[in-house]
Amino acid sequence: MQNNVLDYLDTTVKRVPNKTAFVNDDVSYTFLQVYERSRSIGTCLSQKGFYRKPVLVFMKKSPETVTAFFGIIRSGCFYVPVDEEMPKMRIQLILETCKAEVIICDNRTLPLAETLCFDGEIIPYDTASSWTEDSKCLDKIRSQVIDTDPIYIVFTSGSTGVPKGVCACHRSVIDYVEQLSDVLGFSEDTVFGNQTPLYFDACLKELYPTLKFGATTYLIPHKHFMFPIKLVEYLNENKINTICWVVSALTMISSFQTFDKIKPEYLHTIAFGSEVFPLKQFKIWKKTLPDAAFFNLYGPTEGTGMCCYYPVTRELEPTEPIPIGYPFKNTEILLLNEENKLAGENEPGEICIRGTSVTLGYYNNFDKTNASFVQNPLNTSYPEIIYRTGDIGQKNSYGELVFLSRKDYQIKHMGHRIELGEIEANVNGLEKVRFACCIYDKDKNKIILYYVGEIETPKLTRTLREMLPRYMLPNHIIRLEEMPFTANGKIDRNALKIKYKEIYE
Amino acid sequence: METFNEGVYSELLEILQNLHPDVDFTTNRELVDAGIIDSFDIVTIISDIADIFDVTISADEIIPENFNSASALAELIKIKLEDEE
Repeated sequence: MQNNVLDYLDTTVKRVPNKTAFVNDDVSYTFLQVYERSRSIGTCLSQKGFYRKPVLVFMKKSPETVTAFFGIIRSGCFYVPVDEEMPKMRIQLILETCKAEVIICDNRTLPLAETLCFDGEIIPYDTASSWTEDSKCLDKIRSQVIDTDPIYIVFTSGSTGVPKGVCACHRSVIDYVEQLSDVLGFSEDTVFGNQTPLYFDACLKELYPTLKFGATTYLIPHKHFMFPIKLVEYLNENKINTICWVVSALTMISSFQTFDKIKPEYLHTIAFGSEVFPLKQFKIWKKTLPDAAFFNLYGPTEGTGMCCYYPVTRELEPTEPIPIGYPFKNTEILLLNEENKLAGENEPGEICIRGTSVTLGYYNNFDKTNASFVQNPLNTSYPEIIYRTGDIGQKNSYGELVFLSRKDYQIKHMGHRIELGEIEANVNGLEKVRFACCIYDKDKNKIILYYVGEIETPKLTRTLREMLPRYMLPNHIIRLEEMPFTANGKIDRNALKIKYKEIYE
Repeated sequence: METFNEGVYSELLEILQNLHPDVDFTTNRELVDAGIIDSFDIVTIISDIADIFDVTISADEIIPENFNSASALAELIKIKLEDEE
């Protein structure tokens, strides 16, 4: 039985060693190159004494980064991806949370890594990837792998201002890759166009199926997502036939009448997720590519990746949100009401995930883990962990699951999951700020920050750039003389929303 | 009195300055090439332009040349406003 995600690579490399596996504008690696590099990196880490430890990967998005991930798994360690675009403060927080003792860097990030407050070892990628492999050492590590051992930690927004590290194991990733591949129909002929950053779970959709099938993944440079016509040209030039993108990347193309000028010629499978696809935009895609298969995917990082899918085949009502559909095989969705019982027909409930896809929890954070990875309240007989997503859902008249809302102030913004509380906590931590509150304008996809304090708005904008990742920066920052409060002394978010509407509509 | 063109330019500068207070948009000519503005910014800029000037920028106008400087972008808005008249 397969108990290691690298079994995918080791089988495929024998079959199609010289086929292109991962490619971007600068580098292209065949499966054999990916295999060899992962073995060199694995040996390097192991000979330096790292085993079952988190390894920070601080590199720009490239095929090299992907081989670093696999190399880390070879060594029995687990990768913690951070991005060159992340502010230093956040990388520092991640380092402190996971207590990593080693960082792998590329030439571009090395100078920055050296300025971090870190007394562990920094290994340049080129050193690790050209290390002489030791098969005996790698075989020994391999024989001791348990499929519940972690392979990565990815960090997600935390409402108290500190990001949480979701930790996942071989078994849940294998389960996810198998179910997702089955539903979306991946094969050796699949050519993926990857959009999502490598520091989130979203890229699992391309990385591991590529290994499993001997498919090919193009890592599309971030800058292409600024210019819709160029982006479609890129898809066509590289004969990309499968994309799993965030909704905002898809609407960036459809909302500017791009298809009047150019159409994707090879695309046949389009999966989207992370937020609600506006029906009007979806219809433009569907009309342009009537023969393509479209899938809405839903799932939190804590459930490894996606846990529900919906093939959009039936005609949807103009006001109907695209359903999130059905759980993948081997996953169950429990809708629990406020009494912790199964929601009845037409009753909304919290979406809770049961199955192998539930991840191990938040690394080095038992409090947060215990709050949402909980005993299944429907099972009083033996230990069984479910994950409470905090999302509210309901079944529609077709029996399809539909996402309704959030229980808290978590939002989805340009495909990223953000706790408004994390932005507020960072702003409130500044000396010259007295109050801060964020609201989200869903229609225009904008984060609006209101604050009261002595700090000037441009200075605040600059300061936040050094503290928060790019996607968490407010689109508008508005300084107030006074913050509105509710009768019981909380900041009145609704009053702010009304204030915002008055000004901008 | 401010002319029509100056009005467009100064309102556009305000949109851009909001996003990047550190950048001198009156002189910078490589906003895209130097990676100063990214895909998040482009979406915000286009939606702000639509809100403030009531101008819809279409796909074939979303090219690096039009977004590399504030003056190029102001020129595009101006042409579009004139076309509508």
